[in-house]
Amino acid sequence: MNSQIAAFLTIDGVATGAIYVLIALGFVLIFAVTRVIFVPFGDIVAFTALTLAALETKHMPGTVGLVAALAVVATLMEIFTLLRAKDPGRIPRALLFYLILPLAPAAVVWLTAGASIPLPLRIVLALALIMPISPLLDRVVFRPIADGSVLLLLTVAVALHFALVGLGLLFFGPEGVRTESLTDYQLILGSIPISGQSILIVAAAIVFSGLLFLFFEFTITGKSLHATAVNRTGARLMGIRPERAGTVAYLLGSLLAGVSGVLISPVNTIFYDSGFIIGLKAFVGAIFGGLVSFPMTALGSLLVGVLESFAAFQSSSFKEVIVFSVLIPVLLWRSYTFVDSEEDIDE
Amino acid sequence: MKKLALTLTALTAVAMTATAAQAEIKVGFVTSLSGPGASIGVLYDKGIKAAYAYKDKVGGEDIKLIKLDDGSDPASATQDARKLIQQDHVDILIGTATAPSTNAMMAVADEMHVPFIAVSPVNIKPPKDGHLWGVAVPQTPSLMVKVIADRMKREGIKTAGYIGFSDAWGDLVYNGAKLAEEAGGPKITTNERYSRTDTSVTGQALKVLATKPDGVLIGGSATQAALPILELHKLGYKGPFYGTPAMLNADFVRVGGKDVEGVQVSAGPVIVTSQLPDDHFSKKIGTTFHEIFQKVNGGDADDGFSGYSFDGWLIFLQAAEQALQHAKPGTPEFHQALMDGIYGVKDLAGVHSIYNFSPKSAYGVDERSLVIVKLVDGKWVYQP
Repeated sequence: MNSQIAAFLTIDGVATGAIYVLIALGFVLIFAVTRVIFVPFGDIVAFTALTLAALETKHMPGTVGLVAALAVVATLMEIFTLLRAKDPGRIPRALLFYLILPLAPAAVVWLTAGASIPLPLRIVLALALIMPISPLLDRVVFRPIADGSVLLLLTVAVALHFALVGLGLLFFGPEGVRTESLTDYQLILGSIPISGQSILIVAAAIVFSGLLFLFFEFTITGKSLHATAVNRTGARLMGIRPERAGTVAYLLGSLLAGVSGVLISPVNTIFYDSGFIIGLKAFVGAIFGGLVSFPMTALGSLLVGVLESFAAFQSSSFKEVIVFSVLIPVLLWRSYTFVDSEEDIDE
Repeated sequence: MKKLALTLTALTAVAMTATAAQAEIKVGFVTSLSGPGASIGVLYDKGIKAAYAYKDKVGGEDIKLIKLDDGSDPASATQDARKLIQQDHVDILIGTATAPSTNAMMAVADEMHVPFIAVSPVNIKPPKDGHLWGVAVPQTPSLMVKVIADRMKREGIKTAGYIGFSDAWGDLVYNGAKLAEEAGGPKITTNERYSRTDTSVTGQALKVLATKPDGVLIGGSATQAALPILELHKLGYKGPFYGTPAMLNADFVRVGGKDVEGVQVSAGPVIVTSQLPDDHFSKKIGTTFHEIFQKVNGGDADDGFSGYSFDGWLIFLQAAEQALQHAKPGTPEFHQALMDGIYGVKDLAGVHSIYNFSPKSAYGVDERSLVIVKLVDGKWVYQP
């Protein structure tokens, strides 16, 4: 290996790592607020890419059907809950949030199906289509068991992942997609070409990490999210609704997943089941931060990306083995240096 | 009440003997209509539909086709094979889309002594005593590689980089290339691997590039086989690319776009039936196949996989014709006769190959079963 190859590998690794950063931040965000290790998160990434590709080829994205089905189920569940709580006055509000808002982007896509839409608008539409999925899944699957143990929530999340992969095959078909490049710009640094796409990915990771920081530091919603993450019961006593905080966390997380899906789809072919392994590697990154610390998560994810890139060069057949083996020393290090969180102590 | 139940049982028994007496040949077909193997599993299904439309009777007997989905899972393939044999009493099994599942079905066929026609490339050797209860239709992976390696040699390629999937398929192609190297083919300089869900192959591509090969052999399949080609082009590699029939896929062309132009792969002649010379063995049957496929499935048969199902059916038809003279369908004797019939197949022209089976090997193909095709303007063009 010479320095030029090392530079190539580092750039490639940082770009891949930046994708993992976005996803891992979403993991930590959702976990901190809802205690759910949202395994299907990677699938959301893949679904965004597939949605964007479908819009590009002027096909109806399968996401429309998925969102519509989820919205109807979530609305029915919400109405049922409200009726049982003898609170029918809140039904119109539930209709607005669970039926009309999620269905609005789906309706737009449905109405404009076949029309050629400019790229920026396609991206916005794809994101708008993807964003309701996680909050709706939260309402349908996780809210009824919100007070369960972390292990129960994880098990359900794994099951949900398998269900989503099945639905992905149903809605998107078995073939992979690749969308057109967002930019053809290329920067030559020394003798190393850096594609505009890689720069875009890294920039997006930095911008969204920054926005997340600002959101948590300077907005009331961000602070209420933080409060819920720190102490659920305490937050509730202060008048913060954990359900609402959860929904916001899922929405934000989906946005991060959606953005990484948009960024990754021109770089690589994405299949309906590609998301899982991407999500898993991002999860390794999130473990670095103990599923708590955002900066450590970002660093860890970058490290995973770079490690993956070098491992692919050194010994491509053992690439995954090397990446996932890193988990072991990290877990050891964490268990020795950090005190146990009070996560599972009964309130 | 008891009497009624008894009468019913008796009636059912009578009805069942009546069906059993009907000498209908039952064929169990397994493919992957869901799971990761579904993209080619669907093609096998289309192929068998065309085959059934081509001929659904043999020697005056009706053929009943029972289809099951194995979900790309070897465990389900095993279950499907057992269910077909024990519940549906099929006389022969045909399947399935992925290599591990096909091996699993082979094991069941061997155990239950029911003939099996494999439509995926499998790596099986006949036992020392006796014979296998099955044969495989496709060209062997080593043959696929040998034919393309011969072409590389003819074009003056001395060294070739290898980059392929990190699974059994990648191993098969690599081993084939190594065999060809020993036989005087191009020298293989790298053994790089990647997986279908990888986000980048930059590392592997750099390593291939570092050995400065004359050409690159790709051991990937379908859509994701385009990934290393795209990456190597991006890194400035100018040499030619070679591959196997696993890349004959519309999505490979779609995803690869301009970058995969000029790629040469070995392929079953069915891919380019219309471009073949008139005296080619597969011209006549291939044309028939394409016409029926169009009628039944409403699209062109531009893949190699549906042809394997079709050839499997041709082999079965010829064997069944022989077997019917010796035994009645549904009996163990018929299974034996059918297996003998398959091993008796000599010089049968299919859409892929001329088949000659014998108990010595699971494969019945030779080098005639592969031609070289090149991707020109998004179409595969026959290269004599």
